[in-house]
Amino acid sequence: MAEAHPVGFQWVMEAKKRGATVIHVDPRFTRTSAVADLHVPIRAGTDIAFLGGLIHHVLDTGSYFEDYVRAYTNAPMILREDFRDTEDLDGLFSGFDPETGTYDVSSWEYEGDDVGAAVGPRDDRPVAEHERGEIAGSGGAPTSKEPRRDDTLQNPRCVFQVLKRHFARYTPEMVHEVCGISPETFTQVADALTRNSGRERTSAFCYAVGWTHHTVGVQYIRAASILQMLLGNIGRPGGGILALRGHASIQGSTDIPTLFDMLPGYIPMPHAHREQDLETFIAANTGDKGFWGNMDAYVVSLLKAWFGDAATPENDFCFDLLPRLTGDHSSFPTVMAQAHGEVPGYFVIGENPATGTANARQQRQGLAKLEWLVVRDLNMIETATFWKDGPEIETGEMRTDDIGTEVFFLPAAAHSEKDGTFTNTQRLLQWHHKAVEPPGDCRSDLWFYYEIGKRIKARLAGSTDPKDRALQELTWDYPVDDTGEPSADAVLREINGTGPDDTTIGGYTELKADGSTRCGCWIYSGVYADETNQSMRRRPGREQDLAAHEWGWAWPANRRVLYNRASADPDGKPWSERKKLVWWDAAGEKWTGGDVPDFPATTAPDYRPPEGARAAEAIGGNEPFVMQSDGRAWLHSPAGLLDGPMPAHYEPQESPVSNALYPRQRANPARQEFHRPENRYHPAPGMPGADVFPFVFTTFRVTEHHTAGGMSRWTPHLNELMPEMFLEVSPELAALRGLENGQWCHVVTARSAIEGKALVTERAKPLRLGGTTIHQIGVPWHWGSNGLSTGDAANELLSVALDPNVHIMETKAATCDIRPGRRPRGPELVTFLADYRWRAGLET
Amino acid sequence: MVNSLYGPLDDPSGNAGYPDGHPPRVGFFTDTSVCIGCKACEVACKEWNALPADGAHHDQPDLLDLTGMSYDNTGALGASTYRHVAFIEQTVPARESATVELGMPLASLPGDGGGDATEVRWLMASDVCKHCTHAACLDVCPTGALIRTEHGTVLVQDDICNGCGYCIPACPYGVIDQRKGDGGAFKCTMCQDRLGAGLQPACATACPTESIQFGPLDELRERAAARVETLHERGVPEARLYGHDPDDGVGGDGAFFLLLDEPEVYGLPPDPVVTTRDLPSMWRHAAVAALTVAATVAASFVGGRR
Repeated sequence: MAEAHPVGFQWVMEAKKRGATVIHVDPRFTRTSAVADLHVPIRAGTDIAFLGGLIHHVLDTGSYFEDYVRAYTNAPMILREDFRDTEDLDGLFSGFDPETGTYDVSSWEYEGDDVGAAVGPRDDRPVAEHERGEIAGSGGAPTSKEPRRDDTLQNPRCVFQVLKRHFARYTPEMVHEVCGISPETFTQVADALTRNSGRERTSAFCYAVGWTHHTVGVQYIRAASILQMLLGNIGRPGGGILALRGHASIQGSTDIPTLFDMLPGYIPMPHAHREQDLETFIAANTGDKGFWGNMDAYVVSLLKAWFGDAATPENDFCFDLLPRLTGDHSSFPTVMAQAHGEVPGYFVIGENPATGTANARQQRQGLAKLEWLVVRDLNMIETATFWKDGPEIETGEMRTDDIGTEVFFLPAAAHSEKDGTFTNTQRLLQWHHKAVEPPGDCRSDLWFYYEIGKRIKARLAGSTDPKDRALQELTWDYPVDDTGEPSADAVLREINGTGPDDTTIGGYTELKADGSTRCGCWIYSGVYADETNQSMRRRPGREQDLAAHEWGWAWPANRRVLYNRASADPDGKPWSERKKLVWWDAAGEKWTGGDVPDFPATTAPDYRPPEGARAAEAIGGNEPFVMQSDGRAWLHSPAGLLDGPMPAHYEPQESPVSNALYPRQRANPARQEFHRPENRYHPAPGMPGADVFPFVFTTFRVTEHHTAGGMSRWTPHLNELMPEMFLEVSPELAALRGLENGQWCHVVTARSAIEGKALVTERAKPLRLGGTTIHQIGVPWHWGSNGLSTGDAANELLSVALDPNVHIMETKAATCDIRPGRRPRGPELVTFLADYRWRAGLET
Repeated sequence: MVNSLYGPLDDPSGNAGYPDGHPPRVGFFTDTSVCIGCKACEVACKEWNALPADGAHHDQPDLLDLTGMSYDNTGALGASTYRHVAFIEQTVPARESATVELGMPLASLPGDGGGDATEVRWLMASDVCKHCTHAACLDVCPTGALIRTEHGTVLVQDDICNGCGYCIPACPYGVIDQRKGDGGAFKCTMCQDRLGAGLQPACATACPTESIQFGPLDELRERAAARVETLHERGVPEARLYGHDPDDGVGGDGAFFLLLDEPEVYGLPPDPVVTTRDLPSMWRHAAVAALTVAATVAASFVGGRR
């Protein structure tokens, strides 16, 4: 966190000054480790074993927050009789189909329930397996209102007992064997964590996207969630799981998504062959209980914001004009389709896939088969120049003359050259003002999209083709300034939403399904309350209480801690004076405290919803998890996940050892693999050729550079600080392979070989797993061939293997070889790699 | 008024002739125990002062290469590097983390149950001109380019500097340097051009963890003493201050540090002394020598007459 989020890390240091214990778990000893109280080196890709060990410890020693667990989690819920755990099925959960590599998840549900994701299909029509992830929406709660439960937590089929059995073998000794963490160190962590959790204290987990970059990425986060629920660290001040996003406002581009399967505010994208009209779409995606119960108001208000007066009740508010999914259109399948000539055009905005995406060669193969490519960036990045100087041109595998892609490079304005908001990890929107005009032809993304929209609309104005109606009806009328720049402030106002009198509404509870309100993103509603841009607020923290509600604006409803009803006990009293946040004011008959209550404001703790109640009225007064339709946090996920209701340790796609916990199930059985010539996977441990790639590597960032380098490799003051590609190795590995500090060496995988200077450091330490020694190599991924500081790109090394839930690639754990000296160049590289693949048995 | 050259001195600006009512003496307290090595200070300094990137080879600014010295790729303070973050990797005996009373010591090799119990320590520290109470660079400057400012800092006026270079060997810390191609001497100005506008220096403004603290020197010294005490209470006995003491060889630094090891480990001299300390006695000795020579010569003439 100190490395990649130094500004946010100031608050960790602030907490440390006040006495907090800081523990850093990372395969590498980084600048975060340097100032932590304890660094725990872990074998890359084994975090579920480690977290599972902590879950086991908490359950085994009884150090969970029992009152919280019983009242606020689904620990008492009874599971179906036909549910089978990984303990019963050698590492598989019930419902696995080896033919398709997917799960039928129905046996994971509660007993006697039809359970579905909170936002997603509720009907019985069969869904093709490949579509399931795409139509699940934001995931979440089951539709059932009152599942059967055992509040004594004794029933052998209740979630609590199932969880206990599931993690029973995740002992400190197992953690040692899998992760390479000594039992003594494990005990240090477990003691610190349990001592700092409970009524009087809370602990927080911070992770960066490295935690998600695994074939079990979603289950990593689930494991941390289970631990935090057991310890009572959710919905309480100082608790939570804090996702540090990959770069500025990635949270914002999830909320108002650049994701292919979401509409703004985590509303699922309609599917081409499913709900064909608004009514069935809403019916299929509405939760019975909680705030997903008002899906109709959110969707209709969104359609009104987009299509304005053209959207009427008679025409389903133009629901028909929305684009629809036909399957998995996530990044990697799209790029593979490009390589087959199935994708004519591609916009690359603020991203540099030719160096910045796993298996960069595969990305370039896709780019080379496009008809046209638009790259908008601050600098002339590799994605815009791959056709003349990419690695394949050097090796002779591609010829510029053969590449038909027409590349348009459009210079972009930087954040300091335009107005707008950043949404940070706390869901806090903070406005940034334009400091200087962008130079030359550089323009903001807002200007670009507004202009291209205007020009396309003008061109289609006379069209009678029904497919052009979406663009014809689209409202597209933002005020512009002297330079032609549209007003970002006006866009934010549209996102906030307006009422029948065309003034801004105060929040999403004011949204209506009758077409009288407009709102571009329901969760952001309130950011422009009282006709004021609330994200611009800058009242200093010292002039406010700890929550600082007048600094920026946090969605939803300016709440700073989600699910904060859980900071009070079921009766509405704070769990402790020290950790009070929101509580029930009996005299005033409302929730009150130091944060905006994340709960219906006047629903008393003893309120029990009557039969037939729905949406917010169906939330009981003692059910803090208002987005789940059983009102509870999930230790076991009865729906919404594709690869297991509970996390289980699986080895990465490539690892040097077999799975000590489930010997018969090495890696995530539901992971997405792509067996293609440019995407060869290394042999599994024990298979012939596995020893060709004996070492582990993990990719990482340094403070001095930013992502794939598009913003930093052209900046002299950053380049001098970290001038060259380097590879971090331990003195032991250096001795083993003859590497010298400051001298060239190269890393090899079946995909490619890259070179860098060896940085031999005591910070890198081999791990001992029983009798095996594991060497881990650190590979920073900031470099590429363009800019002032150049070097090979780490993403050349990686294969594409994905988490099935969110289609994210595994970049943080894979296997490789390392050798001294520079890598072969030109055509020699091709034969060099072929030889490696041949020795590994991957090529004949 | 005669400039004082050695020993405690409460008010260097007053001593330099600024009238009563001049601003208080300001300085930096760099608390290395919270430094995360982000180098924001280096970047902010270069941006504000419009300094070129010159990497680790200050004489070959175009050469961009890795030094191989941990994460330090700018090497040292220089004419274009007024802030420099040192990275020191150490293997030290594992200690019980008394700060948090976590119990067991770390094992030597992660995954091992026991062993020789060593751990890695990675020290980071942002170095800067010390703005000495007694600044030899200023004392030896023949043109008056180096001055004591109203804020008590030491400043090179680059339009007056003639590039003679006398200040370079005079600095007991090796801070000040000549820029190739320009010839002038350059070093940290404590952002004189920001202080006048009521702003903090760029480095202190950019530092995310308050490792670099700026303010009136008296306040900083109090704050630093309290911080050392806190760290000692929390089981960090190695915390110590450097350059805070008005009785030291330079009369105390305007920029002082909290270190976690001996100064030499960070590349700082353990016992710096203002190189002009002995100037009065040197002049006295020179005068005596001159008189002796004169007397001898005179005597020889007198003697010759005999």
